[in-house]
Amino acid sequence: MTRPDASATAPARTWRKPPFIANPWLRYGLWLVVVVYLVWAFGSLPFNWERISEGLPRAARIFGGGFPPSFERGGLLLTGFKESFQIAILATLLGVALSIPFAVMAARNVAPLPVYLFGRAVIIVSRSFHPVIVAILFVAAVGFGPLAGILTLTLYSIGFVGKLLAEEIEEIDWGQVEAMRATGAGYMATLFYAVFPQILPRQVGLSMYQLDSNLRASAVVGIVGAGGIGGTLMNAFGRYDYDFAFAILLIIIAVILVSEGISGWVRKKIW
Amino acid sequence: MLEISNLVKRYGHDEAVLKGLDLVVEGNSVVAIVGASGAGKSTMLRCINRLVEPTSGSIKLNGNELVNLRGGALRRARRKIGMVFQGFNLIDRLTVMENVLAGRLGYVSLYQAISRRYPQADIERAFSLMERVGIAHYANKRADELSGGERQRVGVVRALMQEPEVLLADEPTASLDPRTSEQIMVLLQSLASELSLPVLINIHNVAQAKTYTERIVGLRHGKMIFDGVPADFTKEALDAIYGGIEAPEDGSSEAPPAAAGVSHDQA
Amino acid sequence: MVDHATLLADRVWQRYDRKERLIRYAVLLVTMMVVYWAVRDIDIFWPWVWDAPNQISSLGARMWPPDPSRLAAIVNAMIETVHIATLATLLTIFVALPVSYIAAQNTTPNRFCLWLGRFILVSSRSVNTIIWALLFVAIFGPGVLAGILAIMFRSIGFIGKLMGEAIEEIDRRPVEAMEATGASKAKVIAYAIVPQVMPAFFAIVILRWDINIRESTVLGLVGAGGIGVILQGSIDTFAWPTVATILIAIVILVLIGEAITSLLRRKVL
Repeated sequence: MTRPDASATAPARTWRKPPFIANPWLRYGLWLVVVVYLVWAFGSLPFNWERISEGLPRAARIFGGGFPPSFERGGLLLTGFKESFQIAILATLLGVALSIPFAVMAARNVAPLPVYLFGRAVIIVSRSFHPVIVAILFVAAVGFGPLAGILTLTLYSIGFVGKLLAEEIEEIDWGQVEAMRATGAGYMATLFYAVFPQILPRQVGLSMYQLDSNLRASAVVGIVGAGGIGGTLMNAFGRYDYDFAFAILLIIIAVILVSEGISGWVRKKIW
Repeated sequence: MLEISNLVKRYGHDEAVLKGLDLVVEGNSVVAIVGASGAGKSTMLRCINRLVEPTSGSIKLNGNELVNLRGGALRRARRKIGMVFQGFNLIDRLTVMENVLAGRLGYVSLYQAISRRYPQADIERAFSLMERVGIAHYANKRADELSGGERQRVGVVRALMQEPEVLLADEPTASLDPRTSEQIMVLLQSLASELSLPVLINIHNVAQAKTYTERIVGLRHGKMIFDGVPADFTKEALDAIYGGIEAPEDGSSEAPPAAAGVSHDQA
Repeated sequence: MVDHATLLADRVWQRYDRKERLIRYAVLLVTMMVVYWAVRDIDIFWPWVWDAPNQISSLGARMWPPDPSRLAAIVNAMIETVHIATLATLLTIFVALPVSYIAAQNTTPNRFCLWLGRFILVSSRSVNTIIWALLFVAIFGPGVLAGILAIMFRSIGFIGKLMGEAIEEIDRRPVEAMEATGASKAKVIAYAIVPQVMPAFFAIVILRWDINIRESTVLGLVGAGGIGVILQGSIDTFAWPTVATILIAIVILVLIGEAITSLLRRKVL
């Protein structure tokens, strides 16, 4: 209704939103790169459309066969889960215990350089590999069964807990360490009295978190033969026992939700 | 012309926040609404553009009833009501110009809004309004890089971009330092007369209300207990509105005796 | 003398009070019992355990030196792995954003949508990528498609949950201001919600891409494409030096992925 007539005197002005990347070459160059990449990526993937179109009726058969899930072989289910729990518990215990020396080794402020590099390398390597790859190697080395699963998840825990713990050690209050040294304490005494008390509360929380994520992982390392419910699931899939497979899946989801809830509750209590 | 009659707002089953409010604002007058925190000032303003749903009563803008509008009709009514907020309510990560143009969102298409291709007339209007309040050189700056006073100017310009028929300002100066808040009040006052726009300002600062507005409305516990020119706004009126605010529960059902003398001074 | 003794007894220093100590001992006892049960009950042939270090080091010895003869095939499979991770992350965005919108308490249209959204997020998150891959390989047969779908179905829950939390944390006030201008729902989203969640969105997608690179290295073990196919093949044929090459390639890939994500984080955010 009421337009200020200042616009009459001012010359016509335009306004465009300033682009996110100011340099036009870079801007259009990036677009080009993205488009070329997408064309290349989609083009290079061998999609077999015939097989894909066959997939939908197969999906219907699988889901049809999967419902209702069958809990008939409850004994097998229970054995599988029991083994998964055992793997998760033992691996968490071993992993959390071993992560402490590796974390000390991988913390720049308490470890000498060669030890530091070794500690870091162990942590980087164990973090790079997905637990399933580690599991397949351990299965090859020590044979099928829960032992491979425990070794896998122990390594996995060392990588995860060790990294966070090492960062924690690097950020500790250095004054306490100096105070301990001033009393004439040796290296080990300093570690135990000035370093560990500062990181221990964190360690308890991390262990709970790790138990939860080991339980998740223990369900999958079984797929390559490292024990636990994953093996049972793989067998059910392999024998086209879809109703049993879906029953296993449902229980896995339920267990994961419960364990997530418990671990969250405990961590909230501790912190 | 804005006519509010018998406006009631009640949250849940609690005591009503607004208890039958009547108010008429005509032409290009600047009206200050004063009252203690919780007196219902903010609720009243938000009932006008329906950010808060009134429980009962009637609100008419230039003869159109606002209370029972829905969907598209409500949005068309809202774009004729500009609003300036206490916390500026800008979109921090967008530029000043985008914030200003957001005032046109009720008019442009979704495509225009997302691609930022606003009509030329809108852009010119934005520039001239921004020049008027002295922020045109910030057009491409991010809104969160501006100072408080500048941010509120962006808020005012955004409201004016709507080509409003009434401007609501909810504590527009409460987040600003004293000098800047005076500037914003001067700005609102002069814009009201330039654009012949009625302006309703919720305000805590009684001195500013007396200086920059031509009519003061006093609310207490959801009722109007003062309505008059600043010259009539005496010490008694002030006490009636703010008296005993330490304990707002007491005497909530009836206005203090002093109010009887000052209320309805002027219709 | 008696007085003195009680005095001394009173001065025994204790780290924790009585109730705390009881809880600590109880937790410790329960943990010990669980561990004892796990060790006794688990189906492990103990002589193997003592032999494990030997077995592992002998496997390591068989891997050395890495055999680079199949390097070309490995590099190709690596590129396929990256494609799976990238395309799946990209496609996930289109599904995860609407889900996060209906699963966020402040934007969901109604209760039904809220619970539907949460159900989708929980079921996606609770099933591991490799189990999704198992399912999709059963449906579509072995190949890249199953891998992309598996990564997508797992990522929807991750991105959707974190985006939903980002939406729940936005500042309400710009939303109110946009509503007051008479803007429609879609315009309010575009102007008041999208700009506020943009930084979180980029951070989450970059993080998930990094995770997906790792996850896509194992898809091949169940036949869903990528480097895992060659890895499985080499293990089955006991070609341990090739396995070593693949493992080194995976470490390099993961390190490159981490370098790219940290670069992107610095540039974009």
